[in-house]
Amino acid sequence: MSALIQDLGWAVVRTIDQFGKITVFAAQIARALVTPPARVRLFVQEVFNLGVLSLVIICVSGLAVGMVLGLQGYNTLVRFGAEQSLGAVVGLSLIRELGPVLTALLATGRAGSATAAEIGTMVVTEQLDGLRMMSTNPIHYVVMPKALAMIFVMPLLSALFIVCGLGGGYFVGVSLMGLDGGTYLSSLQSAVDFNDDVVSSLLKALIFGLLVGLIATYRGYTCAPTSAGVSSATTSTVVIASVAILIFDYFITALWGV
Amino acid sequence: MHRSPVRDFVVGLFVLVGLGAIAYLSMNVGGFSLHRGEGLAVFAAFDQIGGLKPRAPVVISGVKVGQVGPIVLDQNFRARAELDLRSDLKIPRDTSASIVTSGLLGDRYISLELGGEDTYLKPGDEITMTESAVILERLIGKLIHNTDVEKPK
Repeated sequence: MSALIQDLGWAVVRTIDQFGKITVFAAQIARALVTPPARVRLFVQEVFNLGVLSLVIICVSGLAVGMVLGLQGYNTLVRFGAEQSLGAVVGLSLIRELGPVLTALLATGRAGSATAAEIGTMVVTEQLDGLRMMSTNPIHYVVMPKALAMIFVMPLLSALFIVCGLGGGYFVGVSLMGLDGGTYLSSLQSAVDFNDDVVSSLLKALIFGLLVGLIATYRGYTCAPTSAGVSSATTSTVVIASVAILIFDYFITALWGV
Repeated sequence: MHRSPVRDFVVGLFVLVGLGAIAYLSMNVGGFSLHRGEGLAVFAAFDQIGGLKPRAPVVISGVKVGQVGPIVLDQNFRARAELDLRSDLKIPRDTSASIVTSGLLGDRYISLELGGEDTYLKPGDEITMTESAVILERLIGKLIHNTDVEKPK
């Protein structure tokens, strides 16, 4: 019995310890951010790795999600004779929820896991120690550009996802189901507000980018220097980041009413 | 790390496309305009606004010329709505505002019937002639009530 309670206590202590360590890690990244040099070239390279290489998966998924929303929304709305509101249904679901959340989940799988594996491999092959030998701070040279690039690309990817989704919904509603194109667009435009919906959607994506960037780089950086360590760092990045995205999504929505 | 023309070009293109998507969402879908707040803001008080909500359209002859701003209760317990209109419009002082419904159960919006005066509304002015929303349930209630009363005759 006492062993069970001990296990529970140990689990709590470990979790709190992790929270503290990741906060310190975030503070170290923030300090690296304001320390010259700015590492612009490395940042651009990471925007390429994390953003440009995720473009195809983001656009294809956005299109598919938009088409499904269009189909489901149409079939439901047509029962009430309210198929004119299809644009509002597709637009609001994409902009307020699905765009930022699905983009963040996809980016976790595509870019977050790659980031953790890359940094983890650097730990295993002692490349980070090599950097320290040359008195280069690995957080400044390796971690900061990756984390910053993740924060930067997430709103862009989310916006692209949403636009592709709106296109998919338009295709299904207008081309396949024979809804009027103007009706779709005007219902979309009258339902979506700039401040309430678009700005908060981008803010949500920004926060998710921060989460994924931080978790992926932290997991890679603290990875055990074995091949099993790299694999567990990659796995836990995807698991923790996905769960964190969904939990944060609830609280952002509940607190800000986004 | 050295410059790589192709990669840098692709990254630049990616950022531009992403910003383009944000701009599209903001301008076309979200209805964001850089001239917000420079419009002609007038007020109108109604006895009953029905289901009128902020951001509902304001139309003249069916053409959208602005939207409803915040709606508050004034000292006389009437609903006072702010109407944000396009600033290039010259709207006569004796214009009347009525709350109408698109379709039988559709959304409420405000329709302006232009008057004939030579003086025009300035920002902050009040539209005094207003027509309240018709509440369908009350109309039906009245109809039933009236037929009930007429039966004994």
